[in-house]
Amino acid sequence: MNHLSLIIKREYLTKVKNKSFIIMTIMSPIIMIALFALVAYLSQLNNNRERVISILDESGIVSDVFKNTEFTKYNILSNISLEDAKQLVEEKGEYGLLHIENKKDITEVSKAIKFYSEDSPSLTLMSNLESKLEKKFTDLKLLQEGIDVEKLKSSETQIDIAQESFLGEESSKAGNIMKLVFGGLAGYLLFMFIIIYGNMIMRSVIEEKTSRIIEIIISSVKPVQLMLGKIIGTSLAGITQFLIWMILGGVLLTVVTMIFNIDLMQMQTPQQEMVQQALENPNANAQAQIIFNEFRSLPILNLVIAFIMFFIGGYLLYSSLYAAVGAAVDNETDTQQFMMPILVPLILAVYVGLFTVIEDPHGTVSTVFSFIPFTSPVVMLMRIPFGVPIWQQIISLGLLIGTFMFTVWFAAKIYRVGILMYGKKPSYKDIYKWLKY
Amino acid sequence: MKNALVTNSVSKNFGNFTALNKVSITVPKGSIFGLLGPNGAGKTTLIRIINQITMPDSGSVLLDDEPLQSYHIKDIGYLPEERGLYKTMKVGEQVLYLAQLKGLSKAEAKKRLEHWFEKFEIGDWWNKKIQELSKGMAQKIQFIVTVLHQPKLLIFDEPFSGFDPINANLIKDEILQLREEGATIIFATHRMESVEELCDDIALLHESNKILEGKLVDIKRQYKTNTFEVGLVTDNEAQLKQTIMAKFDASPAVYRSLNNDLKLNIKLKESESSNDLLAFLTSNAQVIHFNELVPTANDIFIQTVKNN
Repeated sequence: MNHLSLIIKREYLTKVKNKSFIIMTIMSPIIMIALFALVAYLSQLNNNRERVISILDESGIVSDVFKNTEFTKYNILSNISLEDAKQLVEEKGEYGLLHIENKKDITEVSKAIKFYSEDSPSLTLMSNLESKLEKKFTDLKLLQEGIDVEKLKSSETQIDIAQESFLGEESSKAGNIMKLVFGGLAGYLLFMFIIIYGNMIMRSVIEEKTSRIIEIIISSVKPVQLMLGKIIGTSLAGITQFLIWMILGGVLLTVVTMIFNIDLMQMQTPQQEMVQQALENPNANAQAQIIFNEFRSLPILNLVIAFIMFFIGGYLLYSSLYAAVGAAVDNETDTQQFMMPILVPLILAVYVGLFTVIEDPHGTVSTVFSFIPFTSPVVMLMRIPFGVPIWQQIISLGLLIGTFMFTVWFAAKIYRVGILMYGKKPSYKDIYKWLKY
Repeated sequence: MKNALVTNSVSKNFGNFTALNKVSITVPKGSIFGLLGPNGAGKTTLIRIINQITMPDSGSVLLDDEPLQSYHIKDIGYLPEERGLYKTMKVGEQVLYLAQLKGLSKAEAKKRLEHWFEKFEIGDWWNKKIQELSKGMAQKIQFIVTVLHQPKLLIFDEPFSGFDPINANLIKDEILQLREEGATIIFATHRMESVEELCDDIALLHESNKILEGKLVDIKRQYKTNTFEVGLVTDNEAQLKQTIMAKFDASPAVYRSLNNDLKLNIKLKESESSNDLLAFLTSNAQVIHFNELVPTANDIFIQTVKNN
């Protein structure tokens, strides 16, 4: 067996067999799902409470808008004074009392509506009541002005601009959001992967330095081999961990939703109504069709290949720098000053990606950043779902590979000198000198 | 094939600092070679160059008369001064891994390792982690790692630092045994007792230069001053002293003895032989101590370093 594969094997096995790694791998999805289940359960508990609201409508013009729903019951009071009504509601332990005072005209009435309750009422409930009343009062006013409400309603028009490229590909806003989510996820995944496993590589280099085994190892193998073996072994462990997270997370999520019978859709109660309205829209079906078509017309093959290439390129680029930092210092606390130059472009990539790609996926800024090697993996991955010409991808990848080879060379230089340096915390000047050894 | 290792004017600079300045050494096959020098003289740099950890700026290194190649790695066993092992890895796994990096097959490494474990009576350590072992125990493992692949050339950098006397002795015996089996051994050290005891040849590095090299016996001969340490018993010490002082270049000597004797160091001229001295002394007093003062490696070391 050659050296590189031996090193990869050792790095992989040590990582995977490490207790804290195993615990992290298994516990993380369990904790995440448990938290999710807890939140879902609690919010369900919250929503499931039946609320009774008494309505004292002295004007007698709006009572008909309040219709009982599953969790909200309306109790219309009449021939009772406000004080008595308040007392009654309090005694019966109802949620609150909506008081509509009688005034001389509708405008006055609409301005003097009050809600009495024991505690401050739920925001969702209030906005719900407000929208019901707003609608009713608008109708009433229109009626008063002699406008036919039915005619007005039927003349209301909703505009949905259909999008189509010159090549005849249909697209939609929702489709764009989907693309953004795809690209964003890919870019963000890479970002997280670099940070988590880059750090792991760095720690493993520092460990070899502090345990002083490094000189024995590099009397048998070349430092570059050791560094690459470390990077590859750790990445494989990382991929293993990610896969386990996904599978375990998916299984657990399914199990938990089945056990607790959580309707995922119901989690966003306030928005639910809007979603339903959107679905009732006669255009919704056509919309869904377009989104579906768009999903199918996503450059899936391109996406997958580009994801793999940019992921590997970007990851290797950054992890070699992490390895170099690990080699330059003696302990983890000394890494701070060298982490900045690594983290800044990485974070910049994520923010530039998120903000400019939303604005214009093919604008100058996002295009330029998708060529700069230190930001290109993240930004390009975010852009690709929107369709990036192949030649751009190839140039960007070419630049990335070129820079990657340079950073590996650069990191290896620092690495081979740094791993044998003990004691003094190096400055940037020292590191510059190492390059010439 | 008389020489196991030759370096030809090897130089190495780190920035403005010269670590080695045209250093040439010749290590005869089957010898125990002492690479001596004060701290910072360049010993470790030279060793790292031999191990291909660092590349020389100029000069060449020959191993068995061949220029150093990457496949020579398996022919060299190296015990660095800064040594350690993976703390959380199990002893057996770890040694197998390191042996495989030196080119042994897993099966062969395992067989040899079992042999060593038996020899050192440490069979039950196989599944222990290094961090569970004491420092001395870890050093035994380290020694096994160095020699397991049966290298032709063994390099020990300060091998006895940190070893207790029992382990140090054990290791010393093993080293002598390895030499018997045909290995060549390089010792880098600034501790002279071990040099005196083990080394056949030495080279002395000082401030990046080699300032002395050769067989230890030859060097000692070269440095000896023809001085004899004598112990004499007589009734009249003062008079005897005067008599001797008149004839020879003598000075008081210091050594331990059981008798209340007159202790002198007597330096002979080229023309005088030790027999003449002995004859003279026996005719004047009872000689109870007569010893040629041979310079110790330590004396030579200190003297040479001072002169440079």
